Amino acid sequence: MSAPRVFTARRAAFVGLCLLPGAVFVAVFTYYPVIRGAVIAFQRYNLFDLTSTPFVGLENFRAVLGEDRFWTALRNTGTWVVVSLFFQFFLGFGLALLLRRHFRGRGLYQAWVFFPWAMSGFLIGLLWRWMFNGQFGVINDLLLKADVIDERIGFLATPGWAMTSVIVANIWYGVTFFAIMIMAALQSVPRELYEAAAVDGAARLRQFWHVTLPHIRPTLALIVLLRIIWILNFPDLIYAMTGGGPAGSTDIITTFLIQQVTGGDYGRAGAVGLLVLGLLLSFSVFYLNATRFERSR
Amino acid sequence: MRRLATAAKVVVLGVWLLVTLFPLYWIVVTSLKPQPEIFSLPLRYWPGEVTFEHYEELFSFADFGTYLANSLIVSLVAAAVVTVIGVLGGYTLARFSFPGRGAVMLAYLVTQMIPLFIALAPLYLLMSDLDLLNRLAGLMLVYVAMLVPFATIIMRGFYERVPVALEEAAQVDGASRLGAMVRVVIPVMLPGIAATFIFGFVQCWNELFLAITFIDSEDAKTIPVAMNSFITQYDIDWGSMAAATVVSVVPTLVLFAAIRRYIVEGLTAGAVKG
Repeated sequence: MSAPRVFTARRAAFVGLCLLPGAVFVAVFTYYPVIRGAVIAFQRYNLFDLTSTPFVGLENFRAVLGEDRFWTALRNTGTWVVVSLFFQFFLGFGLALLLRRHFRGRGLYQAWVFFPWAMSGFLIGLLWRWMFNGQFGVINDLLLKADVIDERIGFLATPGWAMTSVIVANIWYGVTFFAIMIMAALQSVPRELYEAAAVDGAARLRQFWHVTLPHIRPTLALIVLLRIIWILNFPDLIYAMTGGGPAGSTDIITTFLIQQVTGGDYGRAGAVGLLVLGLLLSFSVFYLNATRFERSR
Repeated sequence: MRRLATAAKVVVLGVWLLVTLFPLYWIVVTSLKPQPEIFSLPLRYWPGEVTFEHYEELFSFADFGTYLANSLIVSLVAAAVVTVIGVLGGYTLARFSFPGRGAVMLAYLVTQMIPLFIALAPLYLLMSDLDLLNRLAGLMLVYVAMLVPFATIIMRGFYERVPVALEEAAQVDGASRLGAMVRVVIPVMLPGIAATFIFGFVQCWNELFLAITFIDSEDAKTIPVAMNSFITQYDIDWGSMAAATVVSVVPTLVLFAAIRRYIVEGLTAGAVKG
């Protein structure tokens, strides 16, 4: 930031003109709908009967919280986030460590291994839906060839397997993100910190534990927490692979929300939306506290 | 010992590359197989006969050309608009301190945490009120709004890495503030600007849920909307689906490879979602 300048009218006009277009877009197409959604949450608001939209207090919330599917979705969200995150993190960390030192062909390797990042969750879901196909899916074929299974499994049609399948796809997708971010974090460790130490095998492990890890810990905490929010908000893959089925076994909170919207019950959709927002807010507070805690160490 | 470690590393990296690339390989192979071969056992890992029939079908029966054009128009316009907004907004946030600056930053950051989906239903009502349903223009407006916070915050980060002295020197030489910005600062930031544009383009190109909520007429469908109607049919035609996936993924792969470095810098500099 440059030295404090007098905030003249001319300058105010310039700032205003530069910021206004973006601010208007965000206000009209993001904040206004969010607020309207919060209001609708307390109304009876069904797209197929808009003749009366009375305020009904907490009726929508009661209806949502009384639905088994909501609680299933909430439980599934936990599984979906925790298991995906765990494997994404450790596999991504491993990949980042392996790619840390320069070697011949590293650039080319990265260009190929990082490609899932450029794909949309929807397309990735389609890809894996085809691979997990119960009859002509290549995963069944490979597992049969390797003698792991004796007969084809209807992965996406069987409740237990469906969740495993979408999580496998999500892990595949997310490792890249962690690898990229952790590599960037590793590069931020000053070289001087390393030069002092000897580099035999044991020393290297100790160096990682005592020098590298503490240095990148704040960044890691940040990445992980941001990713928790992101995975929670990521119905695309499940939507493409199973649509939340079979029998709600892969529903997470956001696919549940989308079903409310497509079902036309905007009152309930608003209620679910507010519940999700509450959940995320608690997460964000936790995240902000955690990062502040990390920084002050 | 060391050689063993190197060998292990090569093996692990090789296996992971295989795991990463296989799905892509498989979708390409599927798209090149004749229809009966896709649905026959044993599976072939290379098409017995390579065919482009699925690609031809896509453009002759499914009107994929229209969807492709729609996706291109929407993504290009939205990305261009949002880049201009980001260039202007990022500049003021980086170079001025003024009342409300923190509030704007916070308002933008918060949008990155809010799931889009809680606004889906009211957004539909808004679009309907504004008579923007089934219109590409409507989609563009929403996409711009969706991308403004990210573009502005990331551009602010790029400006902050350009020394103020550079600008002030130009201003001393008689250039106006805007002149200094256009002639001195923007050229330095071109890679960052290009990265923001491409990132926005890819986000719009890939966007599904807003598009399927607002668009259902054939002539306004974007590629994801069209592909979504493939999967809601009872039987999925995996040949066309594979071909459509390949067609829609190739541009994003090329573009993302070009900007990976800048986006990573931007992401690690500010706490912005990926």
